[in-house]
Amino acid sequence: MIEQLTVLIQNEKGRLSGLCRTLADADINMHDLFIADTSDFGVVRVFCDTPQAAAKKLDEAGYRASVTKVLAVRVPNEPGGLAHLLESIEEMGANIEYGYCFSRGEATAIDVLKVVDPTVEGKLVQAGFDVVAAEEVYKLD
Amino acid sequence: MSKYYQEEIECMEHSKLEELQLERLRDVVVRCYENIPLYKQRFDEAGLDPYHIEALEDIRKFPFTVKQDMRDAYPFGLFAVPRSECVRVHASSGTTGQATVVGYTKNDLGVWGDCFARGIYMLGGGEDSVVQVAYGYGLFTGGLGAHAGAEAAGAMVVPMSTGNTKRQIQIMKDFGVTILCCTPSYALLIADTIVEMGLDMNDFKLNGVILGAEPCSEAMREEIRQKLHVQYCDVYGLSEIMGPGVAMECEAANGLHLCEDQFLAEIVNPDTLEPVPDGEYGELVITTLTRECTPLIRYRTRDLTRFVPGECSCGRTHKKIDRIIGRTDDMLIIRGVNVFPSQIEQVVASFDEITPHYQIVLSTKGTLDQIELRVETAPDFPFDEVRALEDLQKRLAAALKSNLQIAVKIKFCEPKSIERSEGKAKRIIDLREVKQQN
Repeated sequence: MIEQLTVLIQNEKGRLSGLCRTLADADINMHDLFIADTSDFGVVRVFCDTPQAAAKKLDEAGYRASVTKVLAVRVPNEPGGLAHLLESIEEMGANIEYGYCFSRGEATAIDVLKVVDPTVEGKLVQAGFDVVAAEEVYKLD
Repeated sequence: MSKYYQEEIECMEHSKLEELQLERLRDVVVRCYENIPLYKQRFDEAGLDPYHIEALEDIRKFPFTVKQDMRDAYPFGLFAVPRSECVRVHASSGTTGQATVVGYTKNDLGVWGDCFARGIYMLGGGEDSVVQVAYGYGLFTGGLGAHAGAEAAGAMVVPMSTGNTKRQIQIMKDFGVTILCCTPSYALLIADTIVEMGLDMNDFKLNGVILGAEPCSEAMREEIRQKLHVQYCDVYGLSEIMGPGVAMECEAANGLHLCEDQFLAEIVNPDTLEPVPDGEYGELVITTLTRECTPLIRYRTRDLTRFVPGECSCGRTHKKIDRIIGRTDDMLIIRGVNVFPSQIEQVVASFDEITPHYQIVLSTKGTLDQIELRVETAPDFPFDEVRALEDLQKRLAAALKSNLQIAVKIKFCEPKSIERSEGKAKRIIDLREVKQQN
């Protein structure tokens, strides 16, 4: 499992830039950022270096920030890469709360999934999936 | 020792009590008419004959008295007795306008002490009690009212007034204080300071508290009971009418017995000023039946409560009023529905997932009022999943809907973005084009 920084922000002008500026001023580098938005609030999910320290900085700056464990799996960057992964998890009877994907280079993509069942990670490794370790994505705390 | 301070009055058959009220009502109306120019003018204008009151219901024909009338009469314009008969004055702080002054004759002070003493007995107190009065002494009625009550009950009074919490606690312990009188928030501060000082509640003799003069939620009452190991007696009063002791809560803990031998109470709809059906909430209106110095006819207290239906298990027959749920000044009219911020506060307090800080924003959409409740999620709320947030939103909205009968939109705000309460926080932002007010 790897650590994702999660921040709850109001869907208002200037809130996202403020969040990014706070991390920049703390010299924390972000690698990926995703937003799940509703009409009045947004949940921002970030992969950044030292996520625990980042959460603390944001908390001090008045943000509601926390660190969430998520599963990251490297899949081939080709048709069916994600479908195969999702079908495997489905067969394990686990539910996915949310997910998103990003590509690092041409050959592979990384799929990030929030799965409540903690046994899924081990099962995916056994099934031959390339589960990504935290240090491959960001600097550890 | 009797369980009651004045058994023959407090447990009087209600029909007998009504006869007594009628007799006293006839008397007070005449005294007002003959001695107070304002009442003479008002009764004459309304074509009322103060000498022919047939039934208690006749009170409904009389005009109301409001706080402004008392301000206009500042300082002694509403005295019904010569100055020489007045032995004490109290006054409201005047923070919201000209101060209001009330006077007391010797008899008035005696009645006041008796009313409050009934509450001391409700806590099982009496001659053996040691009563610490930590209300302020002065023009404010709290300190001297509780003081008079404790003396009337034959207790030993410890007149501390407010402040110097550690000394209050030291004396409470050393003197074996059994009953504490103060505001609910001060009682809680005392409880927390006892813990901070490393003292054990078992080393205290305290078994009752008489708390009033500010609003207190059910959760806070329970916290005070638990922390101080006490029976809680809620006391209601207002300086215009007398001071603390107008109504006090017995051991049944579901309402405050109003001293009906001294006060005739009505509950009216604050919009129409018509009586509400028994058991429904409305504004408390009080006529003083025996007050000599500053009697008042149908004084609008602005406090919202209801009569608690049914007989009380404690044996007292005097009607009970429920805990004050708010003030008419705070009442909002939203889509024609009366809404009190205290109702919203109760719902907010019942959700652990959000902090107790909230703000209500009223706006107009088309021709309809919109109400939005702004809250902050608690620090440990798992907001990572949008579903969890939406679920909380739904549950909050449903709780508000069942409580207020209107739909409320919930908006989650960032931590500390809602103004913190320091006495008077701005809880309501009214952006409506047309504001309905009472």
